[in-house]
Amino acid sequence: MNSSWLTLLLLLPIAGSMVLAVLPARTSAAVVKQSALAISVLTLALAIALAIGYQAGGGYDYSVDVDWIKLFGAHYALGLDGIGLTLVLLTVILTPVVMLASWNDGDTGRWGPKGFFAWVLALEGLSIGVFAATDVFLFYVFFEATLIPVYFLVAGYGGPARVRAAVKFLLFSLAGGLVMLASVIGIYVETAKSSDGPTYLISELQHFDFGTSVGRWMFVGFFIAFAIKAPMFPVHTWLPDTTESATPGTSVLLVSVLDKIGTFGMIRFCLELFPEASRWATPVVVVLAIISILYGAFMAIGSNNIPRLIAYTSVSHFGFIVLGIFVMNSQGLSGANLYMFNHGLSTAALFLVSGFMISRRGSALISDYGGVEKVAPVLAGLFLVSGLSSLSLPGLSPFVSELMVMVGAFVHSPWAAAFAVPAIVLAAIYILWMYQRVMTGPVREGVVGMPDLNVREVSSLAPLLVLIVVLGFYPKPLLAVINPSVQHTMSEVGKSDPQPKVTEGEAAK
Amino acid sequence: MNTFDAPTIEYFTVSPILIVLGVATLGVLIEAFVPRGRRYLVQVVLSLVGLLAAIVTTVIVFNRLNPGAKTPKGGKVVAMGALAADGPALFCWLLILVLAVLSVLLFAERHLEGGVTSFAGQAAALPGTEAEREASTKGLEHTEVFPLLMFAVAGMLMFPAAIVLLAVCVALEVLSLPLYLLCGLARRRRLLSQEAAMKYFLLGAFSSGFFVYGIALVYGYSGSMEFAEIAEAVSAQTGSEGLLLGGIALMAVGLLFKVGAVPFHNWTPDVYQGAPTAVTAFMAASTKVAAFGALLRLFYVAFGANRTEWLPMIWIVAILTMVVGSVLALTQTDIKRLLAYSSIAHAGFILTGFLGIRSLNVVPGGSLTGISAVLFYLTTYAFTTIAAFALVTVVRDGGGEATSLARWQGLGKESPLVAGLFAFLLLAMAGIPLTSGFTGKWAVFAAALSAGAWPVVIVAVLASAVAAYFYVKVIVLMFFSEPIGEGPSVTNPSVLTGSVIAVGVAATLLLGIVPGSLIDLLGRVGVFIR
Repeated sequence: MNSSWLTLLLLLPIAGSMVLAVLPARTSAAVVKQSALAISVLTLALAIALAIGYQAGGGYDYSVDVDWIKLFGAHYALGLDGIGLTLVLLTVILTPVVMLASWNDGDTGRWGPKGFFAWVLALEGLSIGVFAATDVFLFYVFFEATLIPVYFLVAGYGGPARVRAAVKFLLFSLAGGLVMLASVIGIYVETAKSSDGPTYLISELQHFDFGTSVGRWMFVGFFIAFAIKAPMFPVHTWLPDTTESATPGTSVLLVSVLDKIGTFGMIRFCLELFPEASRWATPVVVVLAIISILYGAFMAIGSNNIPRLIAYTSVSHFGFIVLGIFVMNSQGLSGANLYMFNHGLSTAALFLVSGFMISRRGSALISDYGGVEKVAPVLAGLFLVSGLSSLSLPGLSPFVSELMVMVGAFVHSPWAAAFAVPAIVLAAIYILWMYQRVMTGPVREGVVGMPDLNVREVSSLAPLLVLIVVLGFYPKPLLAVINPSVQHTMSEVGKSDPQPKVTEGEAAK
Repeated sequence: MNTFDAPTIEYFTVSPILIVLGVATLGVLIEAFVPRGRRYLVQVVLSLVGLLAAIVTTVIVFNRLNPGAKTPKGGKVVAMGALAADGPALFCWLLILVLAVLSVLLFAERHLEGGVTSFAGQAAALPGTEAEREASTKGLEHTEVFPLLMFAVAGMLMFPAAIVLLAVCVALEVLSLPLYLLCGLARRRRLLSQEAAMKYFLLGAFSSGFFVYGIALVYGYSGSMEFAEIAEAVSAQTGSEGLLLGGIALMAVGLLFKVGAVPFHNWTPDVYQGAPTAVTAFMAASTKVAAFGALLRLFYVAFGANRTEWLPMIWIVAILTMVVGSVLALTQTDIKRLLAYSSIAHAGFILTGFLGIRSLNVVPGGSLTGISAVLFYLTTYAFTTIAAFALVTVVRDGGGEATSLARWQGLGKESPLVAGLFAFLLLAMAGIPLTSGFTGKWAVFAAALSAGAWPVVIVAVLASAVAAYFYVKVIVLMFFSEPIGEGPSVTNPSVLTGSVIAVGVAATLLLGIVPGSLIDLLGRVGVFIR
């Protein structure tokens, strides 16, 4: 039975973006912005409806499967499992938030507000496609296609070094994508040898035996692409450069949504399709993840540029997510999935609130600020809450996920956990020290008279902060959809949670 | 008493070639008998009608293969064993004819040069002389370009279908000679154009020499000119190995020269730059199709049994072509030269697909073969490149086409449409999904990987990343650089060039999103007969 709901969900923003693009030039900016926001809210409503109707379980819901390119074995196949659903929700929540927050950011850019909002909508649709694709070929198409809107968003609407940053972003991503292409083609070559002919359907590939050495090579191809995307040390260098130049809204979409494709892909493709190779690569990946965690944190501490600092915190956080994925136990994996959602919220809040501040002062350097909390208390307060969520303060949602990842890491290897734990302290340093330098102290010259946040800005942040607090106390709705999918992944990887050495009976003695 | 047996020719099957040749000959007569003022219209209409008639007959002949069926017919040997009318040959015919129609439209464009075609008013007049000025003020134009194009098309049709070495050689010359002439006919920058023609002619003649020498050696080895008999001799391993390998190598030189593969690529940038852009578009699209069609048939059919001997050579050529093409493109400052180096890199990608040669018995029926992958890539690349060159013709300044990349800065401001379409085509050449370039790349890489050529595929992937850089550089230039001085201007073309651009862009988009039916078709008919 083919369901057309997901197709509708992904076509809605794309069609909206095309409509925006062909609107006559004399259309007033307000109309453009309002219709873009309306489309994204409509998409959000549709996605929420789908989430309510979602049948939790290990499998896919709202599936569709149509032959696309028969000779390649490619299908137009979409479907949502728990992992995909949370990320689709993240995408559709963040898009209207970003639009509201970036209401005027598109005005001065290359193609005006029309281009900005059209590219954002296109990006939303393509990202939904990435998270909903259940065919490797289709996934790859969406994966690469998302680069185009981001490229034009960065190059058209950013700071002075934006073109260079956009090219760097594009080339890193393309290089990773092309390496992955070799593996994607490898899937065709291997499955074409079987009697059933070539296939790219994940459901069929999960039962396909690639053989040890071929499987490992293909794993490496996928992993390199996802590591660049995520980004992990040592292929993370494009992220700070890009966020430094992009508008805050673009950075949010980039870091909170697009980079999740990397970690999402690791679960969906590396773990589920190449379980043997994933177990084989675990030691290296775990070490890389820990290096990312610590390196990102140290670089964040040393940054004087706020967007760069936030980018480095993300490198650190992505290290946690990858660690959670590759420890391959249910705590780690559930934690990583939850982390993806929560990191999306907290980083988005941090980027947006600091973006508001930067646009007022006209400088992104920490050293140019001081005493902001005296002139703009609401801004400072929201900045603090966002920052605290980023450092995983208990009571805010990232705490739950970070704790779960830590537990998972400890179950996997106490050493891994021991090396990752200091990052909690480092996170406190980079966030609080930034807060101290920017917000407290005497009011610096350029900060005097800085206006506080207006209603639009506060209302764009409100949904994020509400979600952060609510999910911090009550993460169960998300975990309820994530957990069955995690169990499914675990069974694909062929791993089960280690049995406790001490049974309840013994402990009672 | 000697009797003379009239040759049997399957007239209808070869009618596309005959029609095109007939129209070309008629075109020459028109030059002699029709008054100057009417020639342009008559020539254009005649060429288009002839090409359309050829397309119709090709489609009818193609349908006789019954390509929709599970087991289509293989095709048949026609014209006394000189030509093969099989799936790949007929597909090449169809493709070349469609591209020729588009090229005629480009040739016929008169809007851009203010009422005359972009070819020299009087090619015999020396550049910078009184005679040239006179020809230009009189508004003279060479309508001979249309018959020349038709002759070249006839050669191109024969080239991928020929299964006798002599026929291959004749086809090669028939397609080359008119091209040499066409290259030297630019209205503007005539010295550059004539230099290009000279260079192309000398090097082309030289490479033909290699080719003919190779034919002689292979004949010495196998005692036959026919592909089928050569193939038998090769698999029976009669005769001296040295003769065969020497012959293969020399013939490869001739053919690799035509496709612009490294190390026989040196002519490409100069000729692409100097030739009138309409001719460049025609050459870049159609010559590649014809030459790769012939290369595939010669190596797969005649030398297929010997492939372990020559495959390493093609591996190296493919790797060199991709690397040299994409690296040298990085430093180009002229859009036509850049596209020339890009076409060299693409020749390398096509050669990668060419490496997908496997024995027929290991390929499951209806799956992707090296032949179908190469033909699919040629289709995607030809439409993209012809549209790209068509767009180059509309970006102009006072001195004609503004081909210097510096003049392209800020084109996005001047004409978002032209810059947007060009950016789309560049993304297609870079192989971004949802364009035909991606599906094409996928097909050739998959074919090569299936045949075990994974080192070449890895190089191809890396070369694609390098290539992406220079394509993106042009996009940056068009959209994010400030124009120098007055900046470029876009002249509105007539419906002729406009429709070429529209067809090319539409094909690039459609083959990127729904390539299924074409690639399925190629999977079914992509088998050579012997």
